[in-house]
Amino acid sequence: MSRQAQAQAGQWRRLPMIENPKLRWGLVVGLATYLLLALASVEVNWARVAEGASRGLNFLAAFTRPDFVSRQGDITAGILESLTMTLTSTVIGVALSIPVGLGAARNIAPWPIYYACRGIITVSRTFQEIIIAILFVVMFGFGPLAGMITLAFATIGFMAKLLAEDIEDLDWRQVEAIRATGANWWQTMNHAVQPQVMPRLIGLSMYRLDINFRESAVIGIVGAGGIGATLNTSISRYEYDTSAAILLIIIAIVLLCEYSSSHIRRWTQ
Amino acid sequence: MLTLSQVTKRYPTGDRALTDIDLTLPRGQVMALIGPSGAGKSTLIRCVNRLVEPTSGSIRLEDTELTRLSGSALRRARRSMAMIFQEYALVDRLTVMENVLSGRLGYVGFWRSFLRRYPREDIAEAFRLLDRVGLPHALDKRADALSGGQRQRVGIARALIQSPSLLLVDEPTASLDPKTSRQIMRLIRELCTERNLAAIINIHDVALAQQFADRIVGLRAGKIVFDGSPQALDAETLTTIYGEEEWDTRVSEDETQHEPEHGIAPSPRLALATGGAS
Ligand SMILES: Nc1ncnc2c1ncn2[C@@H]1O[C@H](COP(=O)(O)OP(=O)(O)O)[C@@H](O)[C@H]1O
Ligand SMILES: [Mg+2]
Repeated sequence: MSRQAQAQAGQWRRLPMIENPKLRWGLVVGLATYLLLALASVEVNWARVAEGASRGLNFLAAFTRPDFVSRQGDITAGILESLTMTLTSTVIGVALSIPVGLGAARNIAPWPIYYACRGIITVSRTFQEIIIAILFVVMFGFGPLAGMITLAFATIGFMAKLLAEDIEDLDWRQVEAIRATGANWWQTMNHAVQPQVMPRLIGLSMYRLDINFRESAVIGIVGAGGIGATLNTSISRYEYDTSAAILLIIIAIVLLCEYSSSHIRRWTQ
Repeated sequence: MLTLSQVTKRYPTGDRALTDIDLTLPRGQVMALIGPSGAGKSTLIRCVNRLVEPTSGSIRLEDTELTRLSGSALRRARRSMAMIFQEYALVDRLTVMENVLSGRLGYVGFWRSFLRRYPREDIAEAFRLLDRVGLPHALDKRADALSGGQRQRVGIARALIQSPSLLLVDEPTASLDPKTSRQIMRLIRELCTERNLAAIINIHDVALAQQFADRIVGLRAGKIVFDGSPQALDAETLTTIYGEEEWDTRVSEDETQHEPEHGIAPSPRLALATGGAS
């Protein structure tokens, strides 16, 4: 019976995504088999798990008695360093991402500049922060300078890509209207493009500030300074109550960032 | 004042939007450009201010050959031909005053415009124009807080502050209700007369075109098929411009308005449609 005749009799199902039933079921069975085999191939050392579980529990138990005091100096220094890294890298990264983002928008940039800026974005986004951090630690030595450059570099790729996408979605009529008055390129950017992308740019910068703070805790582990370095030291010394204190502070700061950034984003709309 | 000769536009997609257009517009004349959608009306006025590049032909404004300009010479030429858009094309997140003053961008430098430090006489003129179009109270409102008719008034003020000699108007009333449409057309007409501006007005509404224009040009499939006074436009010429249709508009409008009143009984066309599907 044709689908139209069936529908007339009140019978209708949406078309399956893969039309051929053999292929469809073959894919399902194949995937399930692969998943089972893959799980079976992972070796589990149960003795090690049992041993590790108690250590893990120790770590979790530390959260009931976080120790903010005995390493207070190190924690404060680490947090301040992380915040400094976060703020400077975000400001530098956002400032640099604006020209790159303008250049990477297909509708306003000439081809050679477009490809160059897309290249910068791809390089910046290909490597995870940790890998970049290791490179910069090798280049600039241990400490927050390497961390700051790492985060700024990662910020460029993130911001420029999203900014370029936003520019490509512009309401082009507004741009044409400004161009038709005899405005030059910079005036067109300032009068037609900037008003349209500004709220998103501010929102993304706040979001990136948030990400950069969390990343600053991670890249500290490979020696790029900040609270991550303090955390790493405390874990390797089995001072889990200090680690717990540091983690709680990180959570608090992230929550604070989250709160204020959603406020600011609402205000810019 | 404006002369188009042998203007042709072919889009990269292959659409031949304009073919060998010859047109002369004297100073102060208000010309309505009518024709079906896709006839090339927007393309024509956009070729004049080079938002669209004509493929061949020549366009002269006073003594300037527009088709060969580039860079700052083009920007200088654009100052004297102001454009008014169908969807108003105001910058939504700027205030009304910023939108009006953006009409001066071709005259002021980047830093002045960036800091919004326009010359005193520009600001005074912007306010005078806002007052003229009936929106003196709206100067600090954001453009997206205005109604359609108010936005178009701001669009008109933005165009006039350019102190143009030519207005390029692309379907100024297509998004407005009938009453506002008339008010906007009347305003444009009055301002053209006051300032002795020439204008090309693309418009769908033949009755409005006849009422407010000095001259009507009909465009069909990229060619001029009518050029004459509003009185010379009759059912026969409308058929050459738009194709076969019953042109006594009142009768056909009555028909369409009465259709819903047949109510429960399905109209013949509807009955046919359901019959065909089963
Ligand atoms: N940007 C464009 N790219 C390709 N074809 C276009 C473009 N703009 C318009 N056209 C084509 O050119 C023809 C004329 O369009 P347009 O000037 O917008 O007509 P009108 O304003 O009279 O409705 C149409 O066939 C349309 O499809
Ligand atoms: Mg059009």
